[in-house]
Amino acid sequence: MNRQAFWILLLATAATMAASAETINAAGATFPAPIYQKWFEDFHKAHPDIQINYQPIGSGGGIRQITEGTVDFGASDMPMTDEQLSKLTKFKVLHFPTVLGGIVPTYNVAGVASLNFTGATLAGIYLGNIKKWNDAALKKDNPGVNLPNQDITVVHRSDGSGTSFVFSDYLAKVSPEWKTKVGVNASVNWPVGLGAKGNEGEAGLVKQTPYSIGYVDLIYAVQNKMEYGSIKNAAGNFVKADFNTVSEAAAGAANNMPADFRVSINNAPGKNAYPISTFTWLLIPDKIDDATKKKSITDFLQWMMTTGQADAQGLSYAPLPKQVVAKEQKQIALIK
Amino acid sequence: MGTVVATAPEPTRARKFTKLWRDGDQIAHFVTFLFAASIFLVTVFLVYELWIHSGPSRAKFGFSFLTGKVWDPVAEQFGALPFIYGTVLTSLIALLISVPLGVGAAIFLAELAPPQLSNACTFLVELLAAVPSVIFGLLAIFTLVPIMRQYVEPLLKNTLGFLPLFQGPAYGVGYLTAGLILSIMTFPFIISISREALLAVPREQREAALALGATKWESTWQVVVPFARLGIIGSVFLALARALGETMAVTMVIGNDTGIHTSLLSPGYTIAAIIANEFTEATGDIYLSALVELGLVLFALTMVLNAAAQLLIVATTGKGSRQA
Repeated sequence: MNRQAFWILLLATAATMAASAETINAAGATFPAPIYQKWFEDFHKAHPDIQINYQPIGSGGGIRQITEGTVDFGASDMPMTDEQLSKLTKFKVLHFPTVLGGIVPTYNVAGVASLNFTGATLAGIYLGNIKKWNDAALKKDNPGVNLPNQDITVVHRSDGSGTSFVFSDYLAKVSPEWKTKVGVNASVNWPVGLGAKGNEGEAGLVKQTPYSIGYVDLIYAVQNKMEYGSIKNAAGNFVKADFNTVSEAAAGAANNMPADFRVSINNAPGKNAYPISTFTWLLIPDKIDDATKKKSITDFLQWMMTTGQADAQGLSYAPLPKQVVAKEQKQIALIK
Repeated sequence: MGTVVATAPEPTRARKFTKLWRDGDQIAHFVTFLFAASIFLVTVFLVYELWIHSGPSRAKFGFSFLTGKVWDPVAEQFGALPFIYGTVLTSLIALLISVPLGVGAAIFLAELAPPQLSNACTFLVELLAAVPSVIFGLLAIFTLVPIMRQYVEPLLKNTLGFLPLFQGPAYGVGYLTAGLILSIMTFPFIISISREALLAVPREQREAALALGATKWESTWQVVVPFARLGIIGSVFLALARALGETMAVTMVIGNDTGIHTSLLSPGYTIAAIIANEFTEATGDIYLSALVELGLVLFALTMVLNAAAQLLIVATTGKGSRQA
């Protein structure tokens, strides 16, 4: 009898909770998923009546679902293309940058700790033009480093990912040959190399393959205490990625930020700007019919740009620069 | 249908129903028919969905999709050949290793081993069959791949390097490693089902062979194994089906390269692997529908191989001591 009473109570509580909480569904990018989960949880604690469910199904999936209207908002590591935007019929999509990430080159060369790369060298390696570690181009950027006469094993992501999108976008910006031969996408037709699944797969393959090179998200490298190289930025300095250099890339790009925030901040100007950096975006419809839902979402955006940003560094993301936040807050008013 | 009919004069509708329910035959017939039909419906629906959603890609590439060697999401050029090649090649390697191993082990467990050992081994084999494939993939990355790169592949290159099959750099990942991991994943199926088939052979068959003066091995190899042939072939094709469709473990060790290479040491790709890798981030109609069309190709490949299996069974049942 007691047991029965307990179950009835439990069900009743669950029912009232379900009835009172506003549920918002979102889906998209995996790269910012850890911080989004934390944000949605903290926001739910502060506003018990709002529950945001986030499914990290990938940026492409996020774009597809928001286009089809099966989620309340999406998330993506790559801005939507003009073609994708043109497919939207019932509403337009607003891009809201949330946090920033960097992408770092990681390698496994015995006896070599820190390496410098230029964009052209990285493109040369990934195009298969630079085949050996003691290539003249690599020697020039790394004076005094004893580079071995060994073949470079190139490793790239096999799964479609925002990481690959940003990396190929960077290579296209610094190498005309990459731009014409390979191009920019979440998956590209890699001219050389082995494909590994996910950050962990790529890091694992680089770690155990002698004389290999790969690229991973900065947060992944930091969390796993991996060694990674510096890259020459547009100002001509070799910069190592961290929260400050990535945020500086965003600040450098903030001055010529387009009104819709669809911008690549690769190779951004700025003395210490890290050249392979990216925003990640929430994709919010500009028309939300349900008034309470609209209020919940705008409240969340406001909260994310202020209180939420404090969580970024603890989870190894770079927070938004102030200039960008100011511009974004104006965009909230466009949600009707 | 309707063979058992109540002869009572004009029973009421309710009584008719109760009678029907009590007899149960009609209902059992209907319910099981529904279950069986659901298999057919799911298959038809699957093909229909794959066919519809691959429309844009089929319209754009036609049959050249099957022979195209380029997979370029940026230029939206898609061809399936590297993936078909990789799928067939890795499955073939897997079966070449797991069939002799699995059937041999099954013969030992069913015919020769003491019962306690046989039961213990069978328990382990069934445990192995239940391990999720991602576990095999992780094991492969951290254990099998380094062993392949450091020992096995250099050895193959040094001894058989004159063959085009064993040339090129030893990355540790590639067709051969993927085939190996698939063989480990498929052989529990072969052992388990083959053992059951061997155990189902009537005792009289063995006794008759022994009575005719055959040795234990002669009776096993010439009488018991041919008798259980159907079950063994069935196990092989179940293993093949698993190898063709296996995704996670393969993509973790095959190197995911969209080229076609003769060398087994080279990185390659399979159909299931590229779908798993690229589907989540695929944007653009042609790209998506090309991935769906790959699913269709995999389905067709499985159909063709299953049909081949049926033919093989029909061809081999004519001779030998096949019984109903």
